[in-house]
Amino acid sequence: MSTDTETHQAGQAGQTETWFEAAKKIYPMATHGKFRRIKWGLLFLTLGIYYFLPFIRYDRGPDAPSQAVLVDMENRRAYFFFIEIWPQEVYYLTGLLIIAAVALFLMNAVAGRIWCGYLCPQTVWTDLFLWVERKVEGDRRERMALDKEPLSFGKVRKRITKHFFWLMIAWWTGGAWVLYFNDAPTLVWQLLTFQAPMVAYVWIAILTSTTYLLAGFMREQVCIYMCPWPRIQAALTDEKALNVTYLWDRGEPRGSLKQNRKLAEQGMPAGDCIDCYQCFQVCPTGVDIRKGMQLDCIQCGLCIDACDNVMTKIGKPTGLIGYDTDENIQRRIEGKEPVYEIVRPRTIIYAAVIVLVGAIMLFTLLNRDFADISVLHDRNPVFVELSDGSVRNGYTVRLSNKRLHSRSFMLHVEGMPPNTSVEAIGVDTSFAGRPILEVGPDTTREVRVLVTSPGWEKLPPSTPVTFRITESVMGEVVTAKDTFKAPDRP
Amino acid sequence: MADIHNKEIDQVSGVETTGHEWDGLKELNNPLPKWWLYLFYVTIVWAVIYWVLYPSWPLISSYTTGILGANQRAEAIAAYEEVIAGRSEFADKVVATPLEDIGKDQQLLQFALANGQAAFGDNCAPCHGGGGAGSEGYPNLQDDTWIWGGTLEDIHTSLQYGIRSDHDEARFGEMPAFGRDELLTGEEIDQVANFVASRVGLTAEEGVDLAAGQTLYADNCAACHGESLEGIQEVGAPSLMSANYLYGKSLADIKAQIDTPRNGVMPAWAGRLDPATIKSLTLYVHSFGGGI
Repeated sequence: MSTDTETHQAGQAGQTETWFEAAKKIYPMATHGKFRRIKWGLLFLTLGIYYFLPFIRYDRGPDAPSQAVLVDMENRRAYFFFIEIWPQEVYYLTGLLIIAAVALFLMNAVAGRIWCGYLCPQTVWTDLFLWVERKVEGDRRERMALDKEPLSFGKVRKRITKHFFWLMIAWWTGGAWVLYFNDAPTLVWQLLTFQAPMVAYVWIAILTSTTYLLAGFMREQVCIYMCPWPRIQAALTDEKALNVTYLWDRGEPRGSLKQNRKLAEQGMPAGDCIDCYQCFQVCPTGVDIRKGMQLDCIQCGLCIDACDNVMTKIGKPTGLIGYDTDENIQRRIEGKEPVYEIVRPRTIIYAAVIVLVGAIMLFTLLNRDFADISVLHDRNPVFVELSDGSVRNGYTVRLSNKRLHSRSFMLHVEGMPPNTSVEAIGVDTSFAGRPILEVGPDTTREVRVLVTSPGWEKLPPSTPVTFRITESVMGEVVTAKDTFKAPDRP
Repeated sequence: MADIHNKEIDQVSGVETTGHEWDGLKELNNPLPKWWLYLFYVTIVWAVIYWVLYPSWPLISSYTTGILGANQRAEAIAAYEEVIAGRSEFADKVVATPLEDIGKDQQLLQFALANGQAAFGDNCAPCHGGGGAGSEGYPNLQDDTWIWGGTLEDIHTSLQYGIRSDHDEARFGEMPAFGRDELLTGEEIDQVANFVASRVGLTAEEGVDLAAGQTLYADNCAACHGESLEGIQEVGAPSLMSANYLYGKSLADIKAQIDTPRNGVMPAWAGRLDPATIKSLTLYVHSFGGGI
């Protein structure tokens, strides 16, 4: 880790040489500017969605939950607006995860660790916690001073206030999480009256403590030591990705404003960087961006804002620090115009993969069956010979009706000789010897089906058969394959 | 051991050594982290609290019970009773509903079949097999050969009182031992067995008088098994025309059964299983295919 040790931590070096270096506390300073505004915007957007999405209602009729986004563990259903996911359809989650991973790659190919800087939950919550800290304890200098102060009533009051608000945010974070798994308004009331299930309180406790610890205390250490993405990102990035970059060709040699002006007057080389350390002081991970791209940098662009503010003040053009590519630094040294190739094979491939996986998901989502049949052949015994020599096979047939109203299905077994009988236990209605099975709204029904073939029918030891269900109104057809077993008679 | 009053400081790290040395390697005195140590103390305190609260120390003939009165057996029984209570709504309904009507209520039928399946695995599977397919001497419940009848009511009766069990209302039918008790001679047994075999599609032995066998059948067997070998359910005499024989379908098997018959016993379950479970079992067994 290459944070700015020499200049800023000299006073903290211990008397005896130690082999371990304690983490240095970082006091990020407030800043304002374009990227700060983008960060605030995304913070409001993402946290707004996270905290309030469970309260959005979506009418699905009287027998279904009316929460727009809901993971109903108890009834094994997941709802996302007009989409209802059954347990056997969780592969959609795989698709979402693939899209998420490739979207991360795409972001990386376009603008480096832009995810880390703006959208990562760790960044967003840390940002929010830092805002609280600033409101309560003041900005960088005041916080540094407060830490050095001896314990006093004022200090304790500030500390308690800060931790109270931190815990409130953390608690609401955990609270919002459980709302995705139960009807939100009901659960909120249950939580308030201490009637909610234990598991809700446990999850709130877990997420409250993780939010409080990770966003309040661990902060940049999560990014630097715990998160695998910086390492993976380093392997994925290339010279054309936009990264937060210090234009050292313009900034160097750095010096104080006065010194550099003097140098410039004398016709000596003088850079635009006035060594004010603003870029370093606003950095939430304590990076000195002037040392080049480094693992600790989360690409949030706050140093750009800080530097631009200084440049504006001293009447120099902004953009001494900015999003730029490795390639452009090289090009500028060679006196060429900078280029920004966002569209290139790498980004095209990533985008194509996202579109492809998205299209496959959309296609399967639009064309999925709203009925399902699964057939399980009896194993013990695989077939039974009846008193008159007939052969009977037993099956456990499970029908799923994914519509929100009751539907009936006609069961037909194909592949058997015409005089084969099909009987469903506990089912009286039938049409032309084919049982009619009524399945309730949004449920599955398991029924035992007996298929009997007369003894005089010569059957091979194994006959492939198809179980076909036909929905009575819309004529929706779903099939499942199985076999009919018979004794190997001469 | 090093002199404890003259502590040695390691040059490189500035940490004092413990004085332990192995082949020139000296152990540095880096104490355990404080948080670790305190956690260790907490566990000790915790253990003491636990001794007081929960059963912990073995005594000579008993053990310390702890002031909370914790008892895993009581907890298990409470959990069991909770399950029974939770099921009672359906179980009571099963008892109250006639067997024929249970199937009309989907939910009730699902409960009964699931309950029956579990009870079958615990009580019936050892003899009748996991899927009810039986084996020689143990009736196959999946086919349609029902010696004592295969309607819901018949199955329910067999389950409650058993077959040849010691229950007063047990179904009782016994095949006489024609050979062992010298009711028929060896030759006569051969004749009647061959007659039966010839009628049910087996190959009879050559040179055996089938006409004599027919007469013997009419005199000795027809009373129970019927004039045309169709069996009589009321006395538990199986149909001999069935494809499925309880004790094997071959000439040798038939001879053995006439000579020294086997008469299996089905235990009575009334009193051993609760009425709801017996009814559930009835429905479950009937769902194998039922019969008449």
